[in-house]
Amino acid sequence: MADAPTPAAPQGAPTLEVRNLRTHFFTRAGVVKAVDDVSFTVGRGKVLGLVGESGSGKSVTGFSVMGLVDPPGRVVSGQILFKGQDLAKLSDEEMRKLRGNRIAMIFQDPMMTLNPVLRVDTQMIETVLAHEKVPEEEARRRARDALGMVGIPSPEERLKSYPHQFSGGMRQRVAIAIALLHRPDLIVADEPTTALDVTIQGQILAEVQKLAATTGTSLIWITHDLSVVAGLADDIAVMYAGKIVEHGDVGEVLDKPLHPYTHGLIGSVPSRNRRGEPLRQIPGMTPSLLSLAPGCAFRARCPRAAADCVEMPELHPWRPDRLARCHHPHLENVEQVA
Amino acid sequence: MSDAMEFAPRSFTEAETPMVELKGVSRRFSKKLDIAAKLARRLGVDVKEEIVHAVDKVDLRVRKGEVVGLVGESGCGKSTLGRIVAGILPQSDGHVFWNGQDVESLPGEAARNAKLKRQMIFQDPYASLNPRMRVADIVGEAPLVHGLVRRGDFDDYVDEQMRRAGLDPNFKRRYPHQFSGGQRQRIGIARALAVQPEFIVCDEAVAALDVSIQAQILNLFMRLRRELDLTYLFISHDLGVVEHLSDRVVIMYLGRVVEEAPTETIFRRANHPYTRSLLDSVPRIENRKRAFAVVKGEIPSPLNPPSGCHFHPRCPLAFDRCRVEVPKLKDVSAGHRSACHLNDAA
Ligand SMILES: Nc1ncnc2c1ncn2[C@@H]1O[C@H](COP(=O)(O)OP(=O)(O)OP(=O)(O)O)[C@@H](O)[C@H]1O
Ligand SMILES: Nc1ncnc2c1ncn2[C@@H]1O[C@H](COP(=O)(O)OP(=O)(O)OP(=O)(O)O)[C@@H](O)[C@H]1O
Ligand code: SF4
Ligand code: SF4
Ligand SMILES: [Mg+2]
Ligand SMILES: [Mg+2]
Repeated sequence: MADAPTPAAPQGAPTLEVRNLRTHFFTRAGVVKAVDDVSFTVGRGKVLGLVGESGSGKSVTGFSVMGLVDPPGRVVSGQILFKGQDLAKLSDEEMRKLRGNRIAMIFQDPMMTLNPVLRVDTQMIETVLAHEKVPEEEARRRARDALGMVGIPSPEERLKSYPHQFSGGMRQRVAIAIALLHRPDLIVADEPTTALDVTIQGQILAEVQKLAATTGTSLIWITHDLSVVAGLADDIAVMYAGKIVEHGDVGEVLDKPLHPYTHGLIGSVPSRNRRGEPLRQIPGMTPSLLSLAPGCAFRARCPRAAADCVEMPELHPWRPDRLARCHHPHLENVEQVA
Repeated sequence: MSDAMEFAPRSFTEAETPMVELKGVSRRFSKKLDIAAKLARRLGVDVKEEIVHAVDKVDLRVRKGEVVGLVGESGCGKSTLGRIVAGILPQSDGHVFWNGQDVESLPGEAARNAKLKRQMIFQDPYASLNPRMRVADIVGEAPLVHGLVRRGDFDDYVDEQMRRAGLDPNFKRRYPHQFSGGQRQRIGIARALAVQPEFIVCDEAVAALDVSIQAQILNLFMRLRRELDLTYLFISHDLGVVEHLSDRVVIMYLGRVVEEAPTETIFRRANHPYTRSLLDSVPRIENRKRAFAVVKGEIPSPLNPPSGCHFHPRCPLAFDRCRVEVPKLKDVSAGHRSACHLNDAA
């Protein structure tokens, strides 16, 4: 696969750096602060797992990076630095050029990417030609290579099929192949294996892992499944009610969570509990973003909540590279034991 | 939290009369012909209706008090089997026994009772709850119809059912859409339990819930099991969930049971190559930055399953016999059955 021209990144700039991103929805019922002061960094060839429960703002974060937030939603403030360039400042036209070329998105439903009435080769070749002037034969060769890369057998034949002739897992592979066509620097993947069976999910995760390691593509992998993130990601960011509440190395965070929410979440995974014993559970439910009380949003469910939790905590570096947004984190988890 | 009470895994002897038993149960669905195909057939063209063998000669036993996990990938027939077990879908062949008696041979009153004693809880609580009914009626209607509660006691009865499922009875005048996903699942549970069943089929009952809410509902299931002496067939594609709460696990592949054993045995010493592939594919929170194991190939279409052992095109150990002969489910040790030709070679 020939490399597409890549703008030279400023020395040492990470692939993506999001700073103080706020994306709000201005609805009739009120302002939904779906993403509220979110910051994170993804290095070259690195995988960031973005986890959190339903409605916590994972998808809206992904859409914001892609410039795909529609009214009544709007990125109200913050910077989205892609190799040093602020995407939030780009025009729609400039953003469109970048999308599908240098940055790409994979959705839970592959039909968000695929056109049902077009043959796979037509879609893939069009995608190549939309961003690059190459002969059609070259475009076809790239399409074939991309299908091979995601483990589709006999890609030459498969190119002639329509999306409905593929299984769900195969369709998702085609969608990933399309995302890979221009060897993007960044892929935002929003729950791409959630609807798939485990054996098919395993196949796709194995391919994705290989890709990140060999092509230097950076990934934001959005999921509610901690086990997938455990195996795939380098870093993990945990979202709760529109904010990142914990961020760090995936092994560190999963073994020694600092934030009470992360702690509870990991504790409630069945394999983290003794068989036959009750699962540790987080009481209560996810708060509505429309009626968030001031202070820490986890307060009503938190076993460590204290009087000072009515003040919103900062995302504080309690240890090098160990951020947590909490006044009373589980520091006992990270104390050095002599 | 009152849901957090201890319950111990149980073991069962083969000799007990099972509460539910299936013998040679099959269920076929015909994929209806469209108009073009019907016309062509009328003109003498040889067009056949396609038949899906959703469930193919399945034997299954669930003993009183047991939790049996039913696992398999999409389309393998779990829901179809669950519906047959719950008595809400008739089988095409074979027999279903309730406490040792063929349900088809039961006289009217006993048949109705056998049906009421088996209830089902579904994945999508929203789709299975009537959106125009208030919670009180969703929960209380069936007990009223079946004479389990008198009208004068209706309110108290509904309150008790709601409380038991962890719902505030003050909300009984509300409609399903006014509840969160986890609460809706609790309504589904309250409704199923209101008719005083002994046997519950849970079909992906926690699949749509967030992990933290899932844990609450799973704990509720286990508390209710203890308090009400319930028996469960627990259908799930989530092996972690199944491992946690089942006493025994049954693995299906394309309509057939390929392996069954006590939970520990399945997770420590699985026999069937499909079971082992499945276990290898499951991501685990304990496994960091590891290469994901890969089972080759796709799940074949149930409309046109492979010959012999259905798993042979994906099986790393397949040999000639696998392509032609269906392996029988045979004992490999006490209480452990597997359907693989390799067990004959040893
Ligand atoms: N178009 C919209 N209008 C109003 N609110 C919206 C809109 N899109 C999203 N939201 C709100 O933004 C919040 C975050 O949503 P988002 O889709 O990012 O959650 P998520 O973490 O991806 O959840 P899930 O795991 O369910 O996909 C939610 O409260 C949601 O209701
Ligand atoms: N009413 C029906 N008419 C026709 N075919 C059906 C019907 N119900 C189920 N099937 C087919 O029978 C097979 C088994 O379906 P079933 O729903 O039992 O699988 P499952 O194991 O529950 O799958 P999932 O994990 O996706 O819920 C599938 O091929 C399905 O398409
Ligand atoms: S800030 Fe307070 S309420 Fe929030 S997570 Fe920390 S201890 Fe709990
Ligand atoms: S019977 Fe043959 S194909 Fe089937 S699981 Fe056993 S070895 Fe594999
Ligand atoms: Mg989402
Ligand atoms: Mg099903």
